Amino acid sequence: MTTLEFMQGNAACCEGALAAGCNFFGGYPITPSTEIAERMALKMPKKGGVFIQMEDEIASIGAVIGASWTGARAMTATSGPGFSLMMENLGYAVMTETPCVVVNIQRGGPSTGQPTMSAQGDMLQCRFGSHGDISTIALVPSTVQEMFDLTVKSFNLADRFRVPTFLMSDETIGHMREKISIPDSVEIIPRKEPKPGKLTYEAEDDMIPGFPTFGKGYRAHVTGLTHNERGYPEATNPELHEALVRRLVDKIESKRHEIADYDAVNTDAETVFVTYGPSTRAVRQVLHDHPEENIGHLNLRIVWPFPEDTLKLFTNAKTFIVPELNLGQMAREVQRHVTGQQVIPMGRLGGTIHSPDELYEKVQEVA
Amino acid sequence: MSTETYEKWYRQDRLPHIYCTGCGNGTVMNCTIKAVDAMGWEIDDTVFVSGIGCSSRAPGYITTDSLHTTHGRALAFATGVKMANPDLHVVVFTGDGDLSAIGGNHFIHACRRNIDMTVICMNNMIYGMTGGQGSPCTPVGKISTTTPYGATEPVFDLAELAVAAGANYVARWTSYHVAELIKAIGVGLETPGLSFIEAMVQCPTAYGRRNKLRQVGEQVEYMRSHAMLLAKKHRLEEQGKEIPEDMFTVGEFIRRYRPAMGVPK
Ligand SMILES: Cc1ncc(C[n+]2csc(CCOP(=O)(O)OP(=O)(O)O)c2C)c(N)n1
Ligand code: SF4
Repeated sequence: MTTLEFMQGNAACCEGALAAGCNFFGGYPITPSTEIAERMALKMPKKGGVFIQMEDEIASIGAVIGASWTGARAMTATSGPGFSLMMENLGYAVMTETPCVVVNIQRGGPSTGQPTMSAQGDMLQCRFGSHGDISTIALVPSTVQEMFDLTVKSFNLADRFRVPTFLMSDETIGHMREKISIPDSVEIIPRKEPKPGKLTYEAEDDMIPGFPTFGKGYRAHVTGLTHNERGYPEATNPELHEALVRRLVDKIESKRHEIADYDAVNTDAETVFVTYGPSTRAVRQVLHDHPEENIGHLNLRIVWPFPEDTLKLFTNAKTFIVPELNLGQMAREVQRHVTGQQVIPMGRLGGTIHSPDELYEKVQEVA
Repeated sequence: MSTETYEKWYRQDRLPHIYCTGCGNGTVMNCTIKAVDAMGWEIDDTVFVSGIGCSSRAPGYITTDSLHTTHGRALAFATGVKMANPDLHVVVFTGDGDLSAIGGNHFIHACRRNIDMTVICMNNMIYGMTGGQGSPCTPVGKISTTTPYGATEPVFDLAELAVAAGANYVARWTSYHVAELIKAIGVGLETPGLSFIEAMVQCPTAYGRRNKLRQVGEQVEYMRSHAMLLAKKHRLEEQGKEIPEDMFTVGEFIRRYRPAMGVPK
């Protein structure tokens, strides 16, 4: 059974979180993510979960990480400035392998920028914003339905890989209203329990240690310092540090093609759009309006870890056009993975999304 | 501390600890463990949380589940732990810099929320771990590496701050007042809501060395002779007598039962 609803993207995100069993939300209001906190405040107590409005975003992500260690499925939602504030604790979550979900309803930056307008300017921040070498998972919805589906998926990936996951949406999708179907239940991938006899941070074959939930007798020590398999600080051991950080990165990067989630349309085309989020919608319109042109389209629902093999699906591709709401953050990543093909960044700022007409003009220019 | 208590609560495979010889943090840790043990709390139901600093290393030596978090943020993490599972007993170790400088906002809000946890601040009046920079608790005129001519800014009175912000129980003692400290921590542990216990500690390495208190004994003696009981201070005030400037107060600042968050049902 599913129920059909007409709802806002931010509301769909909450419904996805609740369906996924989210039982802790800590946040701080910021446009255009605020509706998420408000709806969680309304709904969470009825589900027996905790909603807490923290004093700032640093505290919000801190509380989320603390809650996660008690076994909670924990989430926060914010926008650019708040996201920047979270960076130190996000690195902590990576280092300590704490599953949690961070929703970023992106708005125009730098700084307070355009609070009520759309942007995708934080795409590199979620990948490289925290200090040190990290790998994380970032999902990007382009419809209200995907707001729901990918929020559920964010929780499952966070728990499976023991990593913070980022739902990198934006004002357009967050505030858009569409029809969505909400299933009675969703698939839930639980955290792996530690195997008897294993040390706190002893990884299994998949490079991921079992999760020693606080209060269950594991007596885990958790620190953001470089730690050994017992979880104890050993911050001046070069080999240990290298092995730890490599594992934290590899446990994600080695699975990037399995994690990938995308649509590939007209894979024999010579001109191919690569999109994520709202520009996906404009490109779909172009393909719909010009079926005769055989335009290719790769839509990524997961951008980090970057699934570079998806570009190779377009065997005849001569040109990749990357329309995005920044000055070429993901175009740069596409460029890194192609040889001999042209990559055209189509960055756009100001808060409005690309029109199908301007995208089609670019196709004709290239041809 | 009995050998049994010691062996039960300390991670034997982690000792010796990193504290300098004569550091007061070990005393505060021992006092805390004694109080926790006397509460009859189980290791598996107790969680220690800390930020970053010498003092914040304490949870790493204790056998329970523990979170050694980011600088200043211990109370935010602890809030998440406690609110998500109120059945866990949560104790936070923090330093004066960790708590009141970078963590100042979290401190006042944790007190305001009156979350059911016990916060123990090892106040050595300086940044120990980073080598002796000034803190919001470095007394005026005292030397640190960032106040080479003597600190000029007024200091925070952390206990008064906690009272004003709404904590249910607040006390201050020093590493000299071992019996009083254990007792105060005990009251803190059993009082619902946020309990704040400030423990003045000697830091021979970063503070004493620069402030003519090179010997551990000298600094402990300084704390003994400059600690004035709150009751005495009030008496002197009533009598209109002057209170010497370099004295600080010790004792119980408040014990009340305002509504608290995170109290187990
Ligand atoms: C964000 C951040 N800023 C600065 C530091 C460096 N740092 C580590 S400990 C510390 C101060 C510790 O002083 P205090 O909290 O008083 O604890 P103590 O070491 O004296 O026990 C500082 C500034 C850090 N780790 N993180
Ligand atoms: S520097 Fe000071 S606070 Fe840190 S361990 Fe040494 S004596 Fe203790």
